[in-house]
Amino acid sequence: MKKKYDKLVKNAAGRMVPTIINGEEHIPFKGVGKHRPSGRRYGPKIATCADYPEDGNKQIKSLKDALIKAGLRDGITISTHHHFRNGDIIANQIFDIAHELGVKNLRWFPSASFPCQEHLIKYLEDGTINRIEGSMNGPLGKFASEGKMQGLGVLRSHGGRYQAIQDGEVKIDIAIIAAPTADPFGNANGVNGEAACGLLGFALGDSQYAEKVIVVTDNIVPFPCIPWQIHGNYVDYVVKVDKVGLAEKIVSGTTRITKSPDRLLIAEMTAEFCEKAGLIYDGFSYQAGAGGTALSIGNYFGDILRKNNWKARFIRAGSNQYPVELLEEGLVEYILDGQTFDLEGVRSMRENPNHVDTSPFTSYNYHSKGNFASMVDIVVLGATEVDVNFNANVVTHSDGYLLHGIGGWQNCLAAKTTIMPIPLFRDRIPVIRDEVTTLCALGEMIDVVVTERGIAINPLRKDLIEKTKDSGLPIKTIHELKVEAEAICGVPEKVELDDEIIAVIKWVDGTVIDSVRKVIV
Amino acid sequence: MEKLGIAGNHGNDVKSDCRSQFELAKEGGLQIELTSRVKAFYGNSIIKLANEMLSFFDIKNAKLTIEDSGAVEFVLAARIEASIKKVIETEKEFILPILIENQNSSKKDQFRFSRLYLPGNSPKLMINAGIHKPNGLILDLEDAVAPVKKFEARFLVRNALRSLNFYGVERMVRINQIPLGLNDLDFLIPHYANLILVPKCESADCLHQVNIKINELKKQFGINNDVWLMPIIESAKGVMNAYEIVNAADNVAAVAIGLEDYTADIGTRRTAAGNESFFARSMVVTAAKAAGIQAIDSVFSDVSDMEALAINVRASKGLGFDGMGCIHPRQIAVIHENFAPEEAEIEKAKKIVLAFRDANDKGLGVVSLGTKMIDAPVVKRAQNTITLAINTGKLSKDWINNPND
Repeated sequence: MKKKYDKLVKNAAGRMVPTIINGEEHIPFKGVGKHRPSGRRYGPKIATCADYPEDGNKQIKSLKDALIKAGLRDGITISTHHHFRNGDIIANQIFDIAHELGVKNLRWFPSASFPCQEHLIKYLEDGTINRIEGSMNGPLGKFASEGKMQGLGVLRSHGGRYQAIQDGEVKIDIAIIAAPTADPFGNANGVNGEAACGLLGFALGDSQYAEKVIVVTDNIVPFPCIPWQIHGNYVDYVVKVDKVGLAEKIVSGTTRITKSPDRLLIAEMTAEFCEKAGLIYDGFSYQAGAGGTALSIGNYFGDILRKNNWKARFIRAGSNQYPVELLEEGLVEYILDGQTFDLEGVRSMRENPNHVDTSPFTSYNYHSKGNFASMVDIVVLGATEVDVNFNANVVTHSDGYLLHGIGGWQNCLAAKTTIMPIPLFRDRIPVIRDEVTTLCALGEMIDVVVTERGIAINPLRKDLIEKTKDSGLPIKTIHELKVEAEAICGVPEKVELDDEIIAVIKWVDGTVIDSVRKVIV
Repeated sequence: MEKLGIAGNHGNDVKSDCRSQFELAKEGGLQIELTSRVKAFYGNSIIKLANEMLSFFDIKNAKLTIEDSGAVEFVLAARIEASIKKVIETEKEFILPILIENQNSSKKDQFRFSRLYLPGNSPKLMINAGIHKPNGLILDLEDAVAPVKKFEARFLVRNALRSLNFYGVERMVRINQIPLGLNDLDFLIPHYANLILVPKCESADCLHQVNIKINELKKQFGINNDVWLMPIIESAKGVMNAYEIVNAADNVAAVAIGLEDYTADIGTRRTAAGNESFFARSMVVTAAKAAGIQAIDSVFSDVSDMEALAINVRASKGLGFDGMGCIHPRQIAVIHENFAPEEAEIEKAKKIVLAFRDANDKGLGVVSLGTKMIDAPVVKRAQNTITLAINTGKLSKDWINNPND
């Protein structure tokens, strides 16, 4: 049995990280932009048309048969995508089959996991699955945090996942791509079908680099499946199932903007800050998530654009009805969409050529000849904790539990201005700490923290400090905000964590930025 | 007295609150059981507070169970004290230190465009209320608190007056209807409440009773701050006695109208047009203006319809009201925006105030604008408009140096 981890060193961020992870060597974080990759991109074996049917029909009668044909065996890596979010049913089926066949020690490499995959805990317990390399949310995060996973978890950003695949750091043996619509050749898309989820960008790298690729769908159309977001030329087998996902849990019928007056206040302050700091102009771009606060910030941005008769050149999104409204009103020229959250988003992507599907390759991959993330003017991100040096945590709660994935968060930090609108405390727990529990990003990449009680600007952003000094906005230092929170909540007691490491956090360049410790139950 | 004292709330949906359960025992010393979402961060400090309080009330043998959902210290203390006092009788009060900023007085004529109602037993809504910057925050002990919760709400409101940061907003409390409400004052006056709302007020006598109790408490606790009254007129009888009510005492700073009860009292219901309350509203406004105090309109209850609220506010301002109650923080900005003077009003007021200054500079007794003579009341109204415009951010403070900006 390989050691979970070994050879801890202090990395450039001052955090202790292992250099041997699940038996393989990894590089400690060296600083932002400091690590230079060498070598060539990874490539799967060369295929030949001689091995594939000339009529293009790659259909196999069941997922089990396809997995056996693809070489399901002990110790391999299986990847899935998370475009179906909490409506995914295929990941659970894959490991049911593996368990039935007595296969052990698998590495599951999802682009994210969801509470619906709590089912897999029993396979983590019985050794069918050795470890998850991907986000661990909810019950899976709790399981891992309590030190129960056999292997060491590895968390990567969306861009970091593409980088790891491309660089050959993670070699996928079998990629399973659940698709709302596909043809028998394996061309697939997310815009049509019962399980429509918009796009399949998170599976792009998997399709390009895995040894074997299986497309699973409940909606087979005759060749050609247009648009072909996934190219059948990468695909080995196609499986038709009765149901590929639970539509009502994949996208929501409607998206609602927050009604919380406190969050709306934070959203309003964020938009006002951006306006007064001169960050919004004709032709600007922004990225905001699909959370309630982020959505209302987008709406306030829309008001500012309308008032000035300006247009945004593009929005980077997880899209839903609100950005779509801005696009259709003509306030935004393009939506560059990474994942679609509601039916309006899916409809728009299907019908509007200016609503464009993107992938972690185009948006986020750091080992590339540039990517979109660094061209964005304003990105709005959340965090579980920010420390007095603006370092931020997005994966663990202050009690040490791993409860969120990184998503595109680390990648988005490359934007020209990164703003974190966050409440000063949640449920009595202050968000601004002396030191973050888990380091996911260095403070040098985080420019502004907006709370309901004041706005802190990173001292490195002298330009923003200068532009907003007479704005009438409640600009405070991050220390002042911390003291203010503690005056209301009390100073929190220090949480003790075990020395044992249960997961590591990768930076966008594949180096290890921090370790996640086991919680003491 | 009860055998088991329970105060506060607990459950999956409850935040920023806790439930405290207190039971005396014959022996076995003190047992404290704590479950808390924030135990990792505040477990020790909560246990410490509980021990301190039990010892303060001289309790030797008892079981105290605290189920906490992230309550801050003043909430925990209020819940624990209420649960103890349901079981034992004592004169002692567990008083937390008071924030310096919670000891200031307010002014009789300060702006009261908006006053936000907060249920007196809901700590979750209190913590962030001040950041929305209403002119006043009302901790409501009356209609927003269920009868069985009235006892514990008083402790929470008392502690909030001392420990909750109001961010400079006027600290108001709506007491229960007199005579019950007189007992509420014990929890308010020693803790620097700025203004007391007296509901269902129908006579000057009602306010006299309140003032007698206030003055007793002020004397007893050495409080020198002003305590203003805002009677709420909510009945036909109250409307007919409006003039008597507003003149009941010098510390009556404003009078409010409550239309839900009033319309029920006259046997009708509220409509959007509001014809049914036109007389009552005008009566209250006229009485207030005759006494030189502020007239405050009833709340607008559809919190999702900001356009209807804006129309309502403009109608209210048109009738002569100086402010309005609100029940949701998002209503505050709409109320301020629409009570604030309009551009044309401000421009006219600026001209009048400048003309007045010129006349004074030249030692002229008569102010004129163009060929028109300006009367003193007009100048006063213009000065009020300017103050309002400055306070609502519509005019710069030093506008007089740059009058053409």
